Amino acid sequence: MQIIYILWQRQLKRYLRSKSRVIGSLAQPLFFLLALGAGFGPVFSKAGQGNYIEFLVPGIISMTIIFTSIFAGMEIIWDKQFGFLKETLVAPVSRLNIMIGRTLGGATIATMQGTLVLFLSLIAGFRPVSWALVPVAILVMFLSSLLFTALGTAIASKLDDMQGFQMIMNFLVMPLFFLSGAIFPLDRATILGTIASFDPLSYTVDALRHILTNTHFFTLAWDVSILAILTALFLAIGSYFFSKVQI
Amino acid sequence: MSIIEVKNLTKKFGDFTAVKDVSFSVEKGGIFAFLGPNGAGKSTTIKMLTTLLTPTSGELFIDGHDVKKNPREVRHSFGIVFQDPSLDDELTAYENMEIHGVLYHVKKEILKERIKQLLEFVELWDRKNSLVKEFSGGMKRRLEIARGLLHHPKVLFLDEPTLGLDPQTRNHMWKYLSELNKTEGITVFFTTHYMEEAERIADQIAIIDHGSIVASGNVEQLKTSTGTSSLEEAFLKLTGRNIRDEDVSKTDAMRMRHQAWSRK
Ligand SMILES: Nc1ncnc2c1ncn2[C@@H]1O[C@H](COP(=O)(O)OP(=O)(O)OP(=O)(O)O)[C@@H](O)[C@H]1O
Ligand SMILES: [Mg+2]
Repeated sequence: MQIIYILWQRQLKRYLRSKSRVIGSLAQPLFFLLALGAGFGPVFSKAGQGNYIEFLVPGIISMTIIFTSIFAGMEIIWDKQFGFLKETLVAPVSRLNIMIGRTLGGATIATMQGTLVLFLSLIAGFRPVSWALVPVAILVMFLSSLLFTALGTAIASKLDDMQGFQMIMNFLVMPLFFLSGAIFPLDRATILGTIASFDPLSYTVDALRHILTNTHFFTLAWDVSILAILTALFLAIGSYFFSKVQI
Repeated sequence: MSIIEVKNLTKKFGDFTAVKDVSFSVEKGGIFAFLGPNGAGKSTTIKMLTTLLTPTSGELFIDGHDVKKNPREVRHSFGIVFQDPSLDDELTAYENMEIHGVLYHVKKEILKERIKQLLEFVELWDRKNSLVKEFSGGMKRRLEIARGLLHHPKVLFLDEPTLGLDPQTRNHMWKYLSELNKTEGITVFFTTHYMEEAERIADQIAIIDHGSIVASGNVEQLKTSTGTSSLEEAFLKLTGRNIRDEDVSKTDAMRMRHQAWSRK
């Protein structure tokens, strides 16, 4: 337990000390929110879809979650390169505990980040339908953060350089984001609607949209079930791959 | 009595054999130097002894524990300073020590006292709250040694601990280590490319080349058997004068790129 706690705390300290990382990971969603909001807002309401900012905010929170968590999961590559991973791997502790501590740390950071973006979006005029449901939204954020941190860990356990990292960002995270319905409405009649149902992030977006704005594409129960199942799956895969890491 | 036993150890990476049928043992309380040219297989052997790599075949024992079967006991019994840095740069010296203490289940009451003692020992106590990234190479090395000793290991592995350090720091470091070896009876297992260092400090030596042990014994025995007057000459006689074409590993390439970036 103490081991999980100290590794969790390490992730948090590293994150909070890196001011550029905190600011950078807030600036990007804020920029997306303002640019897309201003750009597509008028078209969106002309098409009879309502308020675009309201539509966009859950999507941008989801974007923050996926970027931050995958990045946190993939920090293992840094630790491999700059050595700290060896220090944990020769210690008399189980790899599962190391993996859990790291994953909880990454997920906590991503959840904090997502929550901050939610509050920042108030400036852009966003209002959740019910304040009482905000904690529920935060729980969904945490579940999704666990999912994507575990995914990042699984991938990073198999990679050993930063080029691989760039590839994953470009060819996995970006598509997951754009295809999730985070920035445009899904439509079952189109191929995009079908593709989105294979994208885990779609369920994060949909659940948050349901909780914060009371609109949805799937049902909340379905979203949360899928997220929970995928989280369990990725945690298992991530732990397995991490247990096989050799230096 | 020997505290480290290695029997017929082999490690293959694909079809390349990095360590070939190596056997040796290290006396308890001794200072053992493991010497060899670049790429000889020293670090690979240390990684297998310290549970980081699985051997292709062979047996390893530390303090009577089978490294393959009881990694947990084995991990409690050694401390290590790796060839490459392994500190968390974004944390302070104290925090690095603290994490280590928790990972090795050192009791909270004891931990504080021991961290203080060790940081004073390596003369870093007044810098305990500085981030490690602000440290010089020598300070980092000293911190790694202090950290490796925190859980009172029976064996301390040091893979090129003095690489890149100035003579002052090197002397200092060996002074600490000999002192520890004498007072605490810690067995020291180290590698180095400075032959005079090994000659001065080690009481047992093994020389490895191309993955096989080519000679072992104490300094006198090595000099006599090769008919030379210094360890360096004996080493060159045993391993030849050719320079090893050591390939830059992915890790090194990566590290260089990172340095290039962070230097700006
Ligand atoms: N993970 C790996 N995959 C493939 N080859 C490896 C790997 N690790 C080491 N080697 C190779 O095994 C050989 C032994 O390497 P090792 O690091 O043990 O040498 P060393 O004796 O420690 O050398 P140095 O003095 O340069 O540190 C080298 O040829 C190296 O390229
Ligand atoms: Mg080496």
